[in-house]
Amino acid sequence: MNQYPGWKNALIAFFLLISTLYALPNIFGSDLAVQVSSAGDNAIGQSDLNRIENILKGDGISYKSIGLSNRRILARFDDNSAQLSAKKSLKEGLGRKYVVALNLAPSVPAWLSDLGGKAMSLGLDLRGGVHFLLEVDMKAVLSMSIDKYYNELRTLLRADRLYKGIKKDNDLIVISFKSSELKDKAISIISSEARDLVILDIEDEDELTATLAISDSAQKEVTKGALKQNITTLRNRVNELGVAEPIIQQQGTNRIVVQLPGVQDTARAKEILGAVATLEFRLVDEKNDPQTAIQSGKTPIGSKLYYFKDGRPLLLKTRVITTGENITGAASGIDQENNIPMVNITLDSPGGRAMLETTKKYLHHRMAVVFIENKVETVSVNGNTVKKRSTTKDIINAATIQGTFSNRFQITGIDSSREARNLALLLRAGSLSAPIEIIEERTIGPSLGADNIEKGVLSVIAGFILVLIFMAVRYRVFGMVANVALTLNLVMIVAVLSIIQATLTLPGIAGIVLTVGMAVDANVLIFERLKEELRSNTNIQKAISSGYDKALLTIADANITTLIASLVLFSFGTGPIKGFAITLSIGIVTSMFTAIVVSRGIINIIYGNRKIEELSI
Amino acid sequence: MKSLNIPEIDFIGKKTYALIFSAILVTVSILSLATQGLKFGIDFTGGTLIEVGYQKPVDLDEVRDILSKEKFNGANVQYFGSTNEILIRLEPQGVSSAKISSNIIRLLGDDVDIRRVEFVGPKVGEELTNDGGLAMLYALIGILIYVAIRFEYRFALGSISALIHDVIITLGIFSLLQLEFDLTVLAAILAVIGYSLNDTIVVFDRIRENFLATRHTDPKRIINGALNQTLSRTIMTSVTTLLVLLALFLLGGEIINSFSLALLIGVVIGTYSSIYVASSMIIALGITKEDMLPSEKEKKEIDSRP
Repeated sequence: MNQYPGWKNALIAFFLLISTLYALPNIFGSDLAVQVSSAGDNAIGQSDLNRIENILKGDGISYKSIGLSNRRILARFDDNSAQLSAKKSLKEGLGRKYVVALNLAPSVPAWLSDLGGKAMSLGLDLRGGVHFLLEVDMKAVLSMSIDKYYNELRTLLRADRLYKGIKKDNDLIVISFKSSELKDKAISIISSEARDLVILDIEDEDELTATLAISDSAQKEVTKGALKQNITTLRNRVNELGVAEPIIQQQGTNRIVVQLPGVQDTARAKEILGAVATLEFRLVDEKNDPQTAIQSGKTPIGSKLYYFKDGRPLLLKTRVITTGENITGAASGIDQENNIPMVNITLDSPGGRAMLETTKKYLHHRMAVVFIENKVETVSVNGNTVKKRSTTKDIINAATIQGTFSNRFQITGIDSSREARNLALLLRAGSLSAPIEIIEERTIGPSLGADNIEKGVLSVIAGFILVLIFMAVRYRVFGMVANVALTLNLVMIVAVLSIIQATLTLPGIAGIVLTVGMAVDANVLIFERLKEELRSNTNIQKAISSGYDKALLTIADANITTLIASLVLFSFGTGPIKGFAITLSIGIVTSMFTAIVVSRGIINIIYGNRKIEELSI
Repeated sequence: MKSLNIPEIDFIGKKTYALIFSAILVTVSILSLATQGLKFGIDFTGGTLIEVGYQKPVDLDEVRDILSKEKFNGANVQYFGSTNEILIRLEPQGVSSAKISSNIIRLLGDDVDIRRVEFVGPKVGEELTNDGGLAMLYALIGILIYVAIRFEYRFALGSISALIHDVIITLGIFSLLQLEFDLTVLAAILAVIGYSLNDTIVVFDRIRENFLATRHTDPKRIINGALNQTLSRTIMTSVTTLLVLLALFLLGGEIINSFSLALLIGVVIGTYSSIYVASSMIIALGITKEDMLPSEKEKKEIDSRP
């Protein structure tokens, strides 16, 4: 009696061995590393590895090891200063096609990582970093697409002079007609040419107006496209910032989560991520005086009033020469002659052509660079939250065209080198298709992250030891068995977390601590039951067996209800709650295995199949 | 440690005292929740929170002076853990923007260590509040259904009333002491629901078993017996859980403090309620031996038990 068949013991041993193996990567700590990956789709290969090695050797930076895996190259260093100087020289040496970022690389031995062993990934609260939740202003997206359709319709209908008037009314377009024949003709053109629009007042035959709206499916397409494009742009910007293992994910229909582990300059990250900035190049209207325009309140036809950042007004031509969308390259630097910050711009061929034509035709005229920024902020007014949108258009520079140029030139007039750097980055990474707002930020500094790990681990160990002592004192040999089961439970939790690569957070550690306390519950239930059985049962072997069996259903019931609560936590939780729910759920499941199956196995080995006078419980 | 005797404490006989005790606690909690409410953290209210560390102890008034220069007068500045660390809290401003934290960090200068910045927009706070309430509700409903299927509706009602009792009192203590209620505390309260239920289920399981195993029909006697039989387990598990929570509370650091406190309170209340509240409820609801007789399917299951 009380013996597991050999296969069952073997299976248990197998499970425990696998768990130990996959929990193992977590004890090796991590190395300071610099990670190099491709900024585009190009794969990183052996030639890149050689190049990096040469750069490091050339600059006399010694490294611990360097290797290529998972489409990235990791160079490991002994100390922080070597890591930082390696990042600097690699960034300069490799150029823009690569993302160079600081990283902490787990130092798992090769044989273990060949078996798929990975260390748990640590959450931002443990390693430090930034978490942003960004919301795309979909209303602005729709209003931009209404603008687009409005212009299209005007072109479409103007050819035959079909309409009397056309105007935008919020997210509707209203067209008026001279006669119902013209209206019918226009409607038939619209329904065949502009399929994304729906005609709302189609019933009303007598009215000489038609109201149009964007169809639901087109609206969905537009918002989906805007979100996707914003994600792409954000990814480019994050690549420019140089972050190892960034997470950029869609959440819901209009939000984007951005997590940047290890980023310390959060102010810069915020500026870069949230900015919706672009440039416009326009000619200066030299014939009219801006002061007159301000006083009379009328701007001359073909011109528009703009201001410099310091408030000086200037009249610019409404026709745009080219915009930020035509920019293919931008690099910041210092203008050698005047020692002021500048940005070198490279245009694509349509942009270059437009620039060449303009500079030829308007030699010695002035050309202005307008910096446009769209902002959206949620503010609360009398308890209601409203979105406040604003667009700023500042002239950053207006200079005389000294010679003809096409796709390469430079702009100055930027306040600081820092702004020049940011502007260059934004122009390179492309512009966001819609204004975006940071609606949640959680930043953990590296020092707090390290503190959190230390405190978390300390409390797990302390709680664990307290429980071990308590169980050993209370249940003696059986208590020791429970302790072995508890230890194995901890190993299994770590193994499962490592295998599924769940992110361990501080609340997650709290979940583990709580599991340690609650996992012994199953053993307590069994042992208390066993004690009762011993009272009524003279056969000790039978008492052990029925103690385990009778407690089983209770344990299952109790654990399933806790599991329900933690699954609800998981599905509703964001960030911190999710981390807690994951470890708690895993802990409940693994504790059932260790506390029931494993502890029984050990008890069977100790007491099974022989005559016993007394149990040490 | 080898006391093989089962205690014979008359729990049910003291149920009037327990009832009065619980009634007082619940009333005080509800009153406090109604009058002064919970001190919600920025997770729910929205706003900005910044934790910074200094090399040496810092004077709070100096920091307030610096902040008031740029109209951050409403900032709440306090020590956090030690006099080297401060916590700055800002209510959601008229203009609530992620920029506020950047501005404050700029004002504080370069020699401070930015340990934590949290900004929650007003809309997100609203959503988290709704989601939190819903999570609590769904957890309770899920549990209600499971217990009703596994046991009987009276048990389900008994366990739910014990849970509501625990949640109200834990929230009440947070309200009375004006401890900060943030997302992690919400998680803790949901964990308390799980824990307290765990305790209650173990007792209920024993009650059902005893109803079926003995010839007695007096529910009070059977329930009292079950409570006594499970008592040492109830205490053991509470003690081990409280031990680890104490470790977490004392060593886990400030961030996790209110989380572990909520759990500590909840586990104590939960242990008490599974002994007194849940069982009293099923007696009050009039449970009898007949209610426990298994249906055909369950009977087979029980017969096949070893």
